[in-house]
Amino acid sequence: MTLDAYIPPSRQTEKPRESYQWIGKSMKRVEDPRLLVGRGIFADDINLPEMAHAAILRSPHAHAVIKSIDKSKAEALPGVLCVMTGADAAKYTGPLPSWANPPVHQHCIAQDKVRHVGEAVAAVVAETRYIAEDACDLIEVAYEPLPAVVDLEAALSSTGDAVLHPYRGDTNVALARTFTFGTVEEDFAKADRVIERRFRWPRSGGTPMETHGAVASYDPGTGKFTIHANTSMYNYCGWMIADSLGVPAHKLNIIPTLAGGSFGAKLFSHKPCVLAATLARATDRPVKFMEDRIDNTTGCDAHGSDRVYYAKLAIQDDGTLLSLKTHIIDDYGAYFQFGVGQHGNALSQCVGPYQINSVEVALEAVLTNKCQQGAYRGFGSEVANFVIERLVDGAAAELGMDVVDIRRKNFITPDQFPYLIPTGNMYDSGNYQAVLDEALELSEYESWRAKQAEMRKEGRYVGIGVATCQERSVFSTTEFWMWNLEPGGEWTSSPDAVSLKIDPTGKAFVTLHSPFWGNSPETVAVQVLAEQLTLDPSNIEVTYSDSDHGFNSTGPGGSRFTVMVAGAVVGAAHQLKKKLLRIAGHLMEADTADLEFRDGAVSLKGAPDKRLTIAELANTAHYFRLDLPEDMDLTSGLDASYVYDHPVTTLPAKDNSHLGIFYPIMGHMCHIPVIEVDIETGKISFLNYAAVHDCGTMVNPMTLKGHVRGGVVNGIGSALMEHYHYDETGQLQNSLFTDYLVPSIMESPSDIKIGHVVTPSPFTEYGIKGGGEGGRMGAPPALAAAIEDALRPLGVTIDELPLSPNRLRRLIREAQGRS
Amino acid sequence: MDSVKIALTVNGRRHEREVEPRRLLSDFLREDLRLTGTHLACEHGVCGSCTILMNGQTARSCLTFAVMADGAEITTIEGLGSVENMHPLQAAFWEKHGLQCGFCTPGMLMSALELLRENPDASSEEIHQALAGNLCRCTGYQTIVEAVEAAAETMRGAER
Ligand code: FES
Ligand code: FES
Repeated sequence: MTLDAYIPPSRQTEKPRESYQWIGKSMKRVEDPRLLVGRGIFADDINLPEMAHAAILRSPHAHAVIKSIDKSKAEALPGVLCVMTGADAAKYTGPLPSWANPPVHQHCIAQDKVRHVGEAVAAVVAETRYIAEDACDLIEVAYEPLPAVVDLEAALSSTGDAVLHPYRGDTNVALARTFTFGTVEEDFAKADRVIERRFRWPRSGGTPMETHGAVASYDPGTGKFTIHANTSMYNYCGWMIADSLGVPAHKLNIIPTLAGGSFGAKLFSHKPCVLAATLARATDRPVKFMEDRIDNTTGCDAHGSDRVYYAKLAIQDDGTLLSLKTHIIDDYGAYFQFGVGQHGNALSQCVGPYQINSVEVALEAVLTNKCQQGAYRGFGSEVANFVIERLVDGAAAELGMDVVDIRRKNFITPDQFPYLIPTGNMYDSGNYQAVLDEALELSEYESWRAKQAEMRKEGRYVGIGVATCQERSVFSTTEFWMWNLEPGGEWTSSPDAVSLKIDPTGKAFVTLHSPFWGNSPETVAVQVLAEQLTLDPSNIEVTYSDSDHGFNSTGPGGSRFTVMVAGAVVGAAHQLKKKLLRIAGHLMEADTADLEFRDGAVSLKGAPDKRLTIAELANTAHYFRLDLPEDMDLTSGLDASYVYDHPVTTLPAKDNSHLGIFYPIMGHMCHIPVIEVDIETGKISFLNYAAVHDCGTMVNPMTLKGHVRGGVVNGIGSALMEHYHYDETGQLQNSLFTDYLVPSIMESPSDIKIGHVVTPSPFTEYGIKGGGEGGRMGAPPALAAAIEDALRPLGVTIDELPLSPNRLRRLIREAQGRS
Repeated sequence: MDSVKIALTVNGRRHEREVEPRRLLSDFLREDLRLTGTHLACEHGVCGSCTILMNGQTARSCLTFAVMADGAEITTIEGLGSVENMHPLQAAFWEKHGLQCGFCTPGMLMSALELLRENPDASSEEIHQALAGNLCRCTGYQTIVEAVEAAAETMRGAER
């Protein structure tokens, strides 16, 4: 197939430009004032009349049969409204949503069996949270423990009682499949060498400061649920929550609250919604359920990737990269809500920015007695970045090549875009050489290399890491099912919508149909609409629709929201502009082709004082129908909505020869940290950190920088600190912030230097690319490289994260023992 | 459980209420007084998001019982400034992009406020020390430090 036949034509209507009025400005965020004065409304701030409070009794066992539950003492406690077991809940509510195919059944309260520590065994509703928690202590549960499956490689061979979901067969392997793209065997046969490594990526999680939660009510008069929650995707698949609740979709309205961070964790936070709603119906009271921190760490359904890679990279002696083979085992925990979507994701950019001819990926997804996986900033691709970068560094070390040179030698070149990688995904555009050059300069690379040599002579262990990584943005939903062996649920749409109106006084109202997660959707919408209408941002208001009023909207995640919100705003604004021009042309007796938008008005080209302001036109549009042209379609008012579809996606091939285009808006980054290892304590200090990103056209450089920096610090957490540690009995050893350590200000570099290169996308409006996840997708391989470089005199190889002081000390001791 | 009568001043307003001895100050502020700007991210004293000022000193409201605040003078984020009339710290956090989701922000602002009241010329190192007990998962902290430095400058200017 030719490239032309493979790649659909671009639907970009707004071409990238040299300069803009509002896009590209570091405008202060419109989200901020209410947050700064403590008036932002988060889920826990919802307070309904007669509202009661829920708490859950968490399983102390990793894997056990629930023999009996005696709730009588709890029910007798004054103030308790309801004590609900899994069996009680089943009278009202079905299994939770799942994309896995075939599905793995999960319930908001465990039925018959618990499968991880922290799983809800019962829920209590009481007049206060205090009473609800007291009552949890009075519930008596008899368990019969089952074997705990904790080690992911051991899970491959579990049988019998150790199997978590026996109805899926006598195995804990949820899915096993191999994809081969291109001439892998030939490429390995002709290779001069093969770099072969085992990598271990540890389980961490987005761990937003705000936990997940919901406030639900049920109206027996209308049979309708209302849920306020810090969830997403309610306008994409909110009906799945209705389905769990056993009501038709129009009998559920989901109202978004602000979310106090997500990083993927709140992608579709269905369990708190279903739990609170089930309890509300049972008690005939509004019910609030907010996870406490232990509920969150043990049962948020949003742990991140937890993988072993057996990886092989075929190379030539001149440093040419030929082919990549990986065998992956991924520990999904007890349930399987998104199937192996994280591995669909990883196939979008598994060869990194390099020309690698062929790829083989074998995956075994296993179920274990842990909190299940969800999404965390990178959704699986952060691990693929780590693996390819470690292999390339390994190749450089083996060949005695410079880590910068080997990258340059293998980079895809600017003239090769659009570029198809072996899996079939397209990289829309890029300039990796320019990003690398900029990063070398920003980091003062050469001078740090010289300083490093000096410091080494003084006996200091200073290292420099270079990571050149992809940041795919704007997922297409095919990533969720492309691995499945059985067909079903093969959605191909992942749009986002806005609705827009200009009121009679000339104020513009944007309604977003997806929520705020901590990113800046309101600011993006304001900047893009201000650009479109030449209206001052102070005239624009942004709100969020609930699911009763929302249109098909996938929401944030996969670094898609800026691109998608911008696309939707452009689409809706174009409709309004057309109408404004038509009205202005009629009133000014001018041809619309001679009119333009300028300074918040429609004016005659070349004669800007001949103008009608948008406010004047809006007033006419609303109240003076008889002044408008005679046309049935020209209705009063100024309103429009637009559902912006994924800018460019195609189907996987039926014969699996390729997976289609599914994650094409390709950002890129180069991270160069300089660190020092204290070899006595294993402590890392940052001497410098530079990160250059190419996210295409930037809407707001200040907020993009903020995302990159925040992501880098998440990446530092993943690389150096974070690891949900389950012991061999399946007990989570670190479920509090006292022992699950996330980077504080003291572990974070005080100055992360950020640079940008702008290679606009030819497919998105204005050429914008996403930038939400990049920091975390680049920092771990960069840090692993820097630490390995620092310890080069000792001959330490880094294959496993997190590089906690403890692990580093062990590696150092082992290396010293060897020498 | 028997309730206890307490009287305290919050953001300049006096309140008299009956509370259970075990009621956390954080819940008292958020639920009884409906001052929901004080956020709860851990409820075990580590994250700092629930930080308030009690008699001018920072306190973790999730580790304080409401009865311990009897007679106290409390400032929460709602008492710091308004959208129309922001405290220099709030204005600087806005200007420098010192927040993303805003969940940690009230606690950060309270810790920073205590610091700048006691040490108007705080160095970057001192700012780091003062904010070491406030976790933020979004920003990477750098712009928070820049915001505190900028606010300190504004506040010093206003003093003169
Ligand atoms: S909520 Fe009080 S310190 Fe975390
Ligand atoms: S701004 Fe989100 S946790 Fe700090």
